[in-house]
This record gives sequence, C-alpha cells and structure tokens, in this order.
Amino acid sequence: MLIQSIIMAWESVRSNKLRSFLTMLGIIIGVMALVVMVSLVNGATGVVTSEISNLGNDLLNVSVRDDKGSPLRLQDLNELASDETIRYAAPTGSMYTTAKHGYSDINASVTGATAAYFVIEGMELEAGRLIKTVDVENAAYVAVLSHDAAESLFSGEEAIGKTITLGGRSFRVIGTLKEDDSLMSAMFSSNSIYIPYTVESRMAGQPYISSFAVAAAGDTGAAEQAVADYLLNRFAQDDDSFQIINMSSISSAMDTVTGMLSLLLGGIAAISLLVGGIGIMNIMLVSVTERTKEIGIRKAIGAGRGTILMQFLIEALMLALFGCVFGLLLSALILMIVSMIAGSITFTMSPDVVILAVVFSSAIGLIFGLYPANQAAKKHPIEALRYEG
Amino acid sequence: MAEKKPIIIMNDVSKIYHVGGEEVRALDHASLTVYEGEFVAIIGPSGSGKSTLMNIMGCLDTADSGSYILDGQEIDDYSEQELAKVRNRKIGFVFQNFNLLSRLTAEGNVELPLIYQRLGHGERKRRVQAALERVGLTARAEHKPTELSGGQQQRVAVARALATNPSILLADEPTGNLDSKTGDDIMALFHKLHESGATIVLITHNEELAKQAQRVIRIMDGHVTEVR
Repeated sequence: MLIQSIIMAWESVRSNKLRSFLTMLGIIIGVMALVVMVSLVNGATGVVTSEISNLGNDLLNVSVRDDKGSPLRLQDLNELASDETIRYAAPTGSMYTTAKHGYSDINASVTGATAAYFVIEGMELEAGRLIKTVDVENAAYVAVLSHDAAESLFSGEEAIGKTITLGGRSFRVIGTLKEDDSLMSAMFSSNSIYIPYTVESRMAGQPYISSFAVAAAGDTGAAEQAVADYLLNRFAQDDDSFQIINMSSISSAMDTVTGMLSLLLGGIAAISLLVGGIGIMNIMLVSVTERTKEIGIRKAIGAGRGTILMQFLIEALMLALFGCVFGLLLSALILMIVSMIAGSITFTMSPDVVILAVVFSSAIGLIFGLYPANQAAKKHPIEALRYEG
Repeated sequence: MAEKKPIIIMNDVSKIYHVGGEEVRALDHASLTVYEGEFVAIIGPSGSGKSTLMNIMGCLDTADSGSYILDGQEIDDYSEQELAKVRNRKIGFVFQNFNLLSRLTAEGNVELPLIYQRLGHGERKRRVQAALERVGLTARAEHKPTELSGGQQQRVAVARALATNPSILLADEPTGNLDSKTGDDIMALFHKLHESGATIVLITHNEELAKQAQRVIRIMDGHVTEVR
C-alpha cells in the first residue's frame, strides 16, 4: 500500500510539472540558503581559525610601552625563557628599508631575528641555513630571505652565497624560506628579510627590546602569568607599561563570533525554509480542492480515510524532498563556483548540513502537508463525487 | 425466486435531510429486497429519492432509521472505514458520467479498487486483464480516458466495477451520457453480465430502459410505491 501511495503521489507530482516545480522552489531556495550560508561560514571559519593557529595558539606577543629606565636586552629574554612555562622568547623588532641586488631593488621589512625567532614563527627553510645564535653574538652580516623577497631580488636565480645591500651595508644571503601560502601573507606584502637581531638593532638605532614573542611550553595562561610577573617586577608593578596579546584568546573570541554567525545565518535560512513549507501547504490545499472529484471517486471504490491521507501526505513530503535534493545539488554547484573564485579557500558541504537540510525539509513537508491531507481525507464521498470543479 | 439468496434487504429505511431549516424526507420507510443473480431496475423521477436510495444501497451514506443488510452483513452502524471496505469488496459502481481518473490509463483505473484491496501485483494484473476482457476492451488497456469514446469509457468503468467480483453491480443512469446506439451497447453488456450470473441494480428515470430489467421497483416521494 505504501509503495502504491508513493507511485500515486509520484504520478500526481509528475502530471503537473510546472506547478510542482514552483511549489518546490520555496524549499529549493530555503535549502540553498541554509547549505550555502552555513558552508560559507564554516569554510571561512576554518580558514581563519587555521590562520590564527598558524600564528601560534601557544604564542604571546608582548610590547613594552614604558621601560621605566630599565630596558630589556637580549640576555633578559634568555633569562625569561629559562622559566619552565616558557619554551622560547625572541625579539620581534623590524624596520623598513631598501634591499638591493645588482639592478633590482625592493622595499623590504627587515626583522632582527634570533635562532628562536624562526621556531616561534613556525618558519621553514627552503635552502641554505637559518640564523644561528653565533651569528647574533658575532653580529654577522648575514641574511635569510623570504620566498617572495628572494624571487623579487634574484628572479629565480640561486640566492644563497650572493650579496645584497640593506641600508648601504652588504649582507651575505645564507638561506631562503619556504613560500608562505597563508591568507595573512596574501593580504600583506611578504618581502621579508631576516638578519641577526644585534645587527638590526644597531642599524635601527634601537639598542633595547620593545617587542618580543614568547612561545609557551604548555599552558599558555601560565606562560602569560610568568611573563606578566617578570615584567611587573621589572617595571615597578605598573601593568600599563606593557601589553601581552594572547593568540589563543583571539581564536576563542573568533570561535564565538563565527558560532553566532552560523546560528544567525542558519536561522535566516530556516525562516526561508518555513516560507517554502507554507508554499507547499498553499498549493496542496488548492490541489485538494481541485481534486475533490478524484477523492470522491477513490472513496467510492473503497479508499479509506487513512489511504487518502497517506497519499496526499506522501505527495507533500515528496515535493519537499525533491526540493531538498534540487537545493542540495544547486548548493554544491554554487559552492564549487565560489571555491573556484575564492581560489585559496575550498568550501565544502559538510554531511551535518546535508542531514540537517534533509531532516528539516522532511519535517516541513510533513507538518505543512498534514492539514491539506486531512482536508482531503475527511471529505464526504457523496459531496466529493457531486463536485464539479 | 424464493429459493434464491437475498443480496439486499432494506427494511423501513428512512433518510431525512434538513434544507434551510425545512425537513425533507428523502426516503420514507422504504423496504425492498434484491436477490442474487437478479437484474432489477429502480425507477423514479428526479427528486423521488432514488439517488438517496442508491447512496444508502451503495454504502456511500447510512440511513437515519431502518435496517439495511447487504450480503448478510448489517450495515446500519458501520464506521466510515468499514463502509469504505464494504464498498471496495461488495459493490461495483457504474456512474452516469463514468467517473474515471483522467491521469490513469484504462488499466490503471480498473486496477485502482484492487490496489485498495491490497492485492499483489500479479493477482491485480490477472484480474484487470480478465475484467477488460469481459467488457471487450483489452486492446485499449493502455489508453487514457481522454483517448477513449464515451462508450469505451463506460466499458472501462464497468470493468473497474467488475474487477473486485462484487456482490452487486450498482449502475446509476449508466447510459445517460451516451447516444442511443452506444447506450444500447452498454445495456447489452449488462444483459451479458446478468446472464453470466451478476446481480445488477439499475437506477434510472427512463421507462424504456427499466423495461429491460427482470423486475422494476418504482419510487416516488421517498416511498417504494410499486414492486413488480
């Protein structure tokens, strides 16, 4: 009987294709809105979250505003790094200058680095070597180039061993870094050059450390506390004299924001699905009236109330589910196109969203189909047979 | 006739409608009996109550008082669901305006009551084939009602009524929408079915048609006035 009801519903949906499609349109748009919006938010969230964790979830960025006449030096950072909650600490001071090689020159950000700096920032070597502690101690004129800087200055030629000029001084290139494909580097220029901290501070005329990064050994909170204690001690208990930015707190704030965004957009999409459901109810009611005679005939030859109810309910459910399937297919297409345009970000439909869409559409088909189906089922056979529409 | 089994026994059946605050006695203590294998005509002018009689006889409606026994079953206090089941198994309707579903083929229309009987696919196909054969329409099985002539449509309707092997064939002005030649064909079909043992109740206002039946029951103002 169920199979027969499905076949009958299918015949009815098929016999009025345009109307069925228009009825489904509400659900199609609703499902599309739901799936595309949630997938876009999820995709963007994924990218931003991984971006933030690339910056280092266990990372603290510290800047000193007022050193109270007791400025920080490199050995102070080494002392700080000996705390058991802290893995590495490195200065992050940088300046802008012109870098030259032969006839090519670029504007580059020049960072004074220590060996720990590369570890903290998660930078990977492509060729050559990184700056070592001995380079820092000896204030050696050596430089490590970012992938982009090496490309710009040497345009594909071997850079290692060559000489570049920074602010009138000659540096030997000792290494190049792997290409940074993160979103941040896409947004900001990544013509970066890294030279020993001691050399950079001398060139910038900045003998003291005004900003540094700390990588926590385990609990970021404990590391933050240790850094704060150290600096409070040093700067006369003035907590306005420095600022610590905890990356993990940024990412948790980000999670809250994107969670809210998902919920908000999902809510809007749910409303449009609801409107689609009302569309189904509307058309089903029209259909029931139009088919009064058919209902009368079916009842006369022995269809019971339940049979008629089931037939119309399945019809509503079928409209909702077909709409859902079309909506999902279109969503997949849209996400594919958006991914192609966005390039670096791939948006995919998560199974969760698909299940949500199917369950929600079915529920809407059933809920909004129930009233018209019941109207059909309770028609009196004699009156229904007499109906001339 | 007396040794024949009664299929329909109506006893003192009344049906009252309220139209605009006025009481209309559509059936007033009507009593009649139809026996197995009979071909009976119920005749009366419009407004005589014959439609009401047919609705009650066909289990589309129930009487307000009196008793109705169909093929040994007392129908009076049946629920809607039970009435649907009785209609499905015991009654074959043939309507004036055919009442076929336009979306379905001839075959599909004949199959419909069998689907409601929850018969298996093979059994349904077999019975549909047999019913279409009896009305001489096997060649047109795949056609939709709109592709058939009026007479052919009525034959499909008769096949649909026959498919469930009902206790009684209830025909309401079956030739009313047909020209006289086609009408004669349909009547000939009824005679053929009657000869093969079917019980037929023909409801009509047409004296000529009624004459063709074995027996005529006349109804007037809700009363059964003459039983011949």
